[in-house]
Amino acid sequence: MRQTHWRRFSPLCRLAEERGPNEMSHEHQSWQHDYTLPSERGASRVVLDELLSKLGSFGWEQSDIFGVHLAAEEAIVNAILHGNQLDPEKKVLVACEVSPRHVRIRVTDEGPGFKPDTVPDCTREDRLDMPGGRGLLLMRSFMTTIEYNDRGNSVLLEKDLDAPAPTPGDEDA
Amino acid sequence: MSQYRRIDVSKTGDVTLVRFQDKKILDESMIEEFGTELFGLVDLDNRKSILLNFDGVEFLGSAALGKLITLDRKVKGKKGRLKLSNICPEILEVFQVTKLNRVFDIRDDEADALAAF
Repeated sequence: MRQTHWRRFSPLCRLAEERGPNEMSHEHQSWQHDYTLPSERGASRVVLDELLSKLGSFGWEQSDIFGVHLAAEEAIVNAILHGNQLDPEKKVLVACEVSPRHVRIRVTDEGPGFKPDTVPDCTREDRLDMPGGRGLLLMRSFMTTIEYNDRGNSVLLEKDLDAPAPTPGDEDA
Repeated sequence: MSQYRRIDVSKTGDVTLVRFQDKKILDESMIEEFGTELFGLVDLDNRKSILLNFDGVEFLGSAALGKLITLDRKVKGKKGRLKLSNICPEILEVFQVTKLNRVFDIRDDEADALAAF
């Protein structure tokens, strides 16, 4: 029964087998919700308010919630501004799934898409104070996985608390 | 500019001290105001030594970073000095990931930053 309930999140299935029964009760829970947002400034607020509240109720640490907040905000704002270019005829779809150790957010716009590989490296010395690329870098740094579809109009963000810790550029700390 | 909605402005000696009214510098309209008010300190008020104290600020994304970069350019363009302080660990990580900690002079706290002007 437990594996069936968790089948979307394979890392959690593995975790369930590793943990004792007393630690598992909270992990049966998951929450999911799909949103259709207008292409308007500030439209991300409704998603983020609920998403962050759910993460908190599942016991996520504030620093992890910050990372999800940052990545989701960047993805949704990119979709509204760069993907749909504030076109009132176009919508942004946001699909969220949250559980105690995993979050999965897909953000899809109706724009032509883009090639993430062509975004300039904003950490290059000569580009440090230039616009462009910072949102993508932050999504990559604060989430476990970020994947674009072939068209480049849909991004999947995942954060798995049991994955090895990412190593954001803290060499300059 | 006398009326601010996003920032609080005071003076300590020659240094203009800026604090933020919002815990989360978030949606686009807020960020536009945030930028306009900050740029006005340099463009309109001709202030050259500015300290941004981030005490209480819990969230800041790439759009707000863009405004800070523009502010930094404006201050440097007038041969002024901009310093940042009291940045929470999560936001500090944002500066480190983007390597903007090389662009900005970031100090632990206000006293430390004021002493460095």
